[in-house]
Amino acid sequence: MRVALFVACFNDALFPGTGRAVVRLLERLGHEVAFPSAQTCCGQMHWTTGYHAEAAGLARGFAAAFAGHDAIVTPSASCAATVRRDHARILRAAGERDVPPAPPVHELTEFLVDVLGVTDVGASFPHRVAYHPTCHSARALGAGDRPLRLLRAVRGLELAEIPAADECCGFGGTFALKNADVSVALVADKVRHIRSAAPDVVCAVDNSCLAHIGGALSRQRSGVRVLHLAEILAGDGA
Amino acid sequence: MTPRPKFAAAARPALADTALRRALADTAADARARRAAAVAELPDWPALRAAGRAVKDRTLLNLDACLERLERAVVDAGGTVHWAENAAQAARTVVRLAAAAGAGEVAAPAASVLEEIGLDGALTAAGIAVHRTGADAEFPAGARVAVTGVDLMVAETGTMVALERAGDVRRCLTVPDALITVAGLEQVVPDRADLEVLLQSVSRSAGERLAPVVSAWTGVVAGDGPAAFHLVLVDNGRTRALADEVGRAALRCVGCDACLHVCPVYERTGPEPYGAPHAGPIGAIRTPQLRGVASAANASLPFASTLCGACADVCPVEIDIPEVLVRLRGKVVDARRGRPVPTPELAMMRAAAWTLTDPHRYEAALRGGTRWARLLARGGRIRRLPGRLGVWTDARDLPVPPARSFRVWWRDRGERP
Repeated sequence: MRVALFVACFNDALFPGTGRAVVRLLERLGHEVAFPSAQTCCGQMHWTTGYHAEAAGLARGFAAAFAGHDAIVTPSASCAATVRRDHARILRAAGERDVPPAPPVHELTEFLVDVLGVTDVGASFPHRVAYHPTCHSARALGAGDRPLRLLRAVRGLELAEIPAADECCGFGGTFALKNADVSVALVADKVRHIRSAAPDVVCAVDNSCLAHIGGALSRQRSGVRVLHLAEILAGDGA
Repeated sequence: MTPRPKFAAAARPALADTALRRALADTAADARARRAAAVAELPDWPALRAAGRAVKDRTLLNLDACLERLERAVVDAGGTVHWAENAAQAARTVVRLAAAAGAGEVAAPAASVLEEIGLDGALTAAGIAVHRTGADAEFPAGARVAVTGVDLMVAETGTMVALERAGDVRRCLTVPDALITVAGLEQVVPDRADLEVLLQSVSRSAGERLAPVVSAWTGVVAGDGPAAFHLVLVDNGRTRALADEVGRAALRCVGCDACLHVCPVYERTGPEPYGAPHAGPIGAIRTPQLRGVASAANASLPFASTLCGACADVCPVEIDIPEVLVRLRGKVVDARRGRPVPTPELAMMRAAAWTLTDPHRYEAALRGGTRWARLLARGGRIRRLPGRLGVWTDARDLPVPPARSFRVWWRDRGERP
C-alpha cells in the first residue's frame, strides 16, 4: 500500500527520529511511504488558542497538500484528531458551506491495527516500558487498547503500569504557558505516578505530551526516558 | 473593589495550599468512585445520556413556548411568575417580594442561581437578614419567608423539583408566608415524563441511585405550606447563549457537578479561581457566557482547561465542553482583534500562520528556529528559554532540536544513489 506520511510540524523540527521510525516501520511491513512536501501544520495551536481565522487557512493548506492521498498516517494523535474532528468545524466557523469531508488521517496505531491488521510488527525492545494514554489518543480518537496490543507483541518488552494513567499530563498546548503553574502541578503528579512504576522508558503516541512529561523527568534527573511508540515499534533489536 | 484576577494568578494560592490540595484530591477521588459505581449499575447509561440530551435539546429549541406553558401552569396553581432580564433585576424582585411579605429575615439555602444574582448583598442592603441554612446552620425558627433555587421545573404542571443530599430546600417548603423560588430559564423541562430520564441521570452522576432528598412543589395549597409562591425566572445572558449554535449546548447543564470531579485543573485549584457562581469546566463556560468576556478574569476562564475531554466523557447531557471552550476562546481573541495595537500574542499567531501557510517560509523558519534553539542548549537539553517562553523552562527542560529536520532527512535520503 502507498501511505502518505503526515509527520506533524512539531515532530519535523523537534522529533525527526519519530518520523524516520514511522518510515522504517511501514517499509519493513512492505509498504511504500510518500511524504507530500507541501505539508506544514494542521492548525491545532491556532484553533485551540482561539485564532480561528488563521486556523482556517492552515486547514485549507492541509487539504491541498494531501489531496489525492487515500491513506494518510501521522504519529500524532492530537493532529489526527484536529484534522478528522476539527477541520470541518474550523471551516464552518470560517463561514464555508458544503465543507468537504476531512482528509482520511489515521493515527499510527489505528492504521497498524485497524487498516493493516497487524499487532506484531516484528519489533524487539528489551526494556521496561510504561505507556501513557494521551488525552487525544484515548478520548478524542478512542484508541482503546491498540497501543498496548502493539506493545505486548514487542520482543523482550516488559510493560509497567502507571497509576491514574488516564489523567492529563497538563500540557494542553498554550495552556502550558498561559497556566504554567497549574500545568506544572499536573505534570508533577504525572511524573510522581510514572516514577512509582519504575520504567526505563515512557512511551505515547503524542510527542507534545512526551516533551512535557520528558521535560519534567529530565529536570528531575530521573533517568527515565521518553520515546514515541513508533520508535519502539521500529526497533528490530539490530 | 479591585477586579478579580485572571485564572492563572487566582490559582496560585490554591496550588500552594497543601491541605487544600489533599482535600480536593480526596473529594474528587471519592466523587469519581461513587459516580463510576452508580453509573456502572445501569445497563443503558449511554442511552440515558442520549435521552437526557434529547430532552434538553427539545426544551431549548422551543424554550419560549415551554416557558409560557410553565408560567400558565404556575399561575393556574396559584403562584406568581416574575421575569428578570439580568441579575440585578432578579435580586431587586426578590427583595421587593420579601419586603412586601413583611420579612425581616429570610431562609435561603445555598444555590448557584442565588449566588449568580448576588442575592445576599441585595437582601442585606435592604435590611433583611439572610440565614444561609445548611449542614452547619440551624433552620431559623422565626423565618416566615424563604428563597430557594431549584433543579428542574416541569412546564406541564408548574412543578418545581429539588434534588438534595441534606434537605435544606425541603425545610423551606413549610414557611408560612411566602416561598420565593429563583431559576434560570434553561432549568425547565416540558413534561412530567421527562423527569424519568433526568432524575436518574442527575442522581447517578452525583453518585447516588436517587438523590437522598427529592422535593416537588406546585403553586399554593390552601391551608398547607406557604400562603404565596413566587417564581423568579432569570435570563441574565441565557438567551444570548441560546443564539450561539455551539455555545447553547451549555444550557443543557443540569448542575450535577460530575465534570468538576473529573477535571484535572479543578482538582488542583478548587472553586475559588473560577469566581462565582459556577466552578470547574462548566463554570469556565457558563461564567463567560452569562457575564461576557470584557473583564480579563472572565476572558481567562475559557483558557483554564487543557481540553483533555474528561468532562465531556461524564456529562449526563453530553455537553462537549472542550468544543464550547474552544469557541469561547475564539470570541475572546476576536474581541481583542479590534484593538489599535495588536496584542503580542495576536502578532505572534498571525506571523506563525503566515509562515505555516507556505512550505518555503515554513522550512526557512524551521532552519532558523532550529539554529537559534541549538544555541540555547546546555548539556544536551534546553534549560532556559527567553521571554514569555521562560515559564516553560521554569520547571521543565526542552529537548534540543536535532540539526536535521525530518523533511531534510527525507530529501537527503531520496538523493542517495
